[in-house]
Amino acid sequence: MSTIRYTKDHEYISVDGDVAIVGITDYAQAQLGDVVFVELPTMGKSFKKGEQAAVVESVKAASEVYAPVSGEVVEINSELEGAPALVNEDSVGKGWFVKLRITDQGELGALMDEAAYADYLKTLD
Amino acid sequence: MLNNQGRPTQPVEAVAPHVRKTFTGHRALAMEEGLIFEIGRAEVTGVDVDDAGEFTPRLGKLERTTPIDLPGLSEPEAMRHYVRLSQKNYAIDLGLYPLGSCTMKHNPRLNERMARLPGFGDIHPLQPVSTVQGALELIDTLADWLTEMTGASAVAMSPKAGAHGEACGMMAIKAALEARGEGAQRRVVLVPESAHGTNPATAALIGYDVRPIPARDDGTVSVEAAQAALGPEVAALMLTNPNTCGLFEPEVVAIAQAVHAAGAYFYCDGANFNAIVGKVRPMDLGVDAMHINLHKTFSTPHGGGGPGAGPVVLSAALAPFAPVPFIRKDADKFAFVEHAEGTQSFGRMTAFHGQMGMFVRAMSYMLSHGGDGIRQASEDAVLNANYIRVCLSDVMSAPFGDKPCMHEALFDDRWLKGTGVTTLDFAKAMIDEGYHPMTMYFPLVVHGAMLIEPTESESKASLDLFIMALRDLAFSVQKGETERFSGAPYYSPRRRLDETRAARTPVLRWTKRKPIPAANQIAAE
Repeated sequence: MSTIRYTKDHEYISVDGDVAIVGITDYAQAQLGDVVFVELPTMGKSFKKGEQAAVVESVKAASEVYAPVSGEVVEINSELEGAPALVNEDSVGKGWFVKLRITDQGELGALMDEAAYADYLKTLD
Repeated sequence: MLNNQGRPTQPVEAVAPHVRKTFTGHRALAMEEGLIFEIGRAEVTGVDVDDAGEFTPRLGKLERTTPIDLPGLSEPEAMRHYVRLSQKNYAIDLGLYPLGSCTMKHNPRLNERMARLPGFGDIHPLQPVSTVQGALELIDTLADWLTEMTGASAVAMSPKAGAHGEACGMMAIKAALEARGEGAQRRVVLVPESAHGTNPATAALIGYDVRPIPARDDGTVSVEAAQAALGPEVAALMLTNPNTCGLFEPEVVAIAQAVHAAGAYFYCDGANFNAIVGKVRPMDLGVDAMHINLHKTFSTPHGGGGPGAGPVVLSAALAPFAPVPFIRKDADKFAFVEHAEGTQSFGRMTAFHGQMGMFVRAMSYMLSHGGDGIRQASEDAVLNANYIRVCLSDVMSAPFGDKPCMHEALFDDRWLKGTGVTTLDFAKAMIDEGYHPMTMYFPLVVHGAMLIEPTESESKASLDLFIMALRDLAFSVQKGETERFSGAPYYSPRRRLDETRAARTPVLRWTKRKPIPAANQIAAE
């Protein structure tokens, strides 16, 4: 059973045991507009919480994607290389970015759950 | 039918589908023009050159065996090709350019005349120094004036553009830190969110870790935020002032003091110096290094029109680390100091001495304006931007409320919310009105940003027409006339381009098209 958490920078992290899937939220993809390029990290790379893990480029802007928690990259979604549109079509499904092996489960506690993120989005409009 | 300027015009219906498509694809004087590889023929040439006689090539196996197939045109064909292409440009010489000085402001023609004087235009950087004393005196005098206007101790003239100047200033900071023995300890450069995008790029290029400082809700940086980010690991803070929101940083002096108290250096991005020349000397604010875009503030051409030039002014603390070469005045002659030996200079940025042609133009601009004129140019740039801001503030929304801006007026897209029109649509509709769009979606800290810089050289009549056009578009938004925006531009030679497809599946290789058939092969339908 996975739990999903959110950051203020609109990354989501879907946790299953010590591995988590990281991507950007539906709100983020809608704000970016048509995504045309995603730059993913290399396998095995380690990030501290808040470090830049990927870059997503849309027709409007290039934005950084930050690691929601510290961890090591164990898988990347290489499909995004040829089909960046997946981020727009299915950001929380097929449009995921990386899988991280979490090094500090404690860091998850600082992230928002579904309801808190929905409330946070309301404050942005 | 008369348009708003009292001139006869076509009604909108004239471009409706029932109007016959022309056979040629031309629309009167709006000519279609093929690529030169489509219209050129290898066997055609504009000049009559004798065939090469018999000779023995000395390239061995490297000799080319297939024809090079360069397109050939007769002289009149070549003229038409390039004149037609030139007519497809929007340029500062055609109309108001809301992108402002970042892209191009008016380039006075006197500057061009001066740069072509033989003593400046026909010299070479490897000429003996004794034969270019006048050119060196010009560089030296310009350097002197730049330090006067900024209050600086020294200036490095050689950087070739704004970002190159940033690199120069940051390399001087790095050299100063290394001379203090703190090079290894100070690894972080602080960059506020409202800075130019080149600032973090420059810091990263030189090997620093970039740490952002959040902007306040009013678009400026607070001394508290800077203070909180400072520490013994910080090498420098890079602040753009006036910032990318078009605002003067009110706490800049306190920020500079905090940076110095923490043992770091204060870099100022001087790209927007054109708003404050003659009003503020940046070094009085506590700046250690700042680049000056001669191609922005001092009207020299750039973009497609000429190279940039980004001299960097330095404080007394950084002056010893300035790059070579620099000019030294010995009694009655000027000498070039080419080598760093025996000094603390960090080395060399460029092969030669900087953008000489731009130095001449910048000096011509300064001389033709005088001190009072340069100050007035800054004042007019700010006045024009505020005139636009105030005249549009009742129909568009300003992100930081009703307060004066510097040389750029910034709007966000709150006023478009729920209308079905986006910033992009609005910008495209401006093209139909004969205006190049303003800067869109930048700065990133403002949602759906529209940043307008009219520059100092627009007349009130020109600003009024621009404002009325934007108001008319805004009223269309209010009335729900979304079709004016969703399909725009309607009147341009090409309609809206598919930016997404262009980025996702770019066609990067040109393929030959079918040639136009000879006239006798076309049968009547």
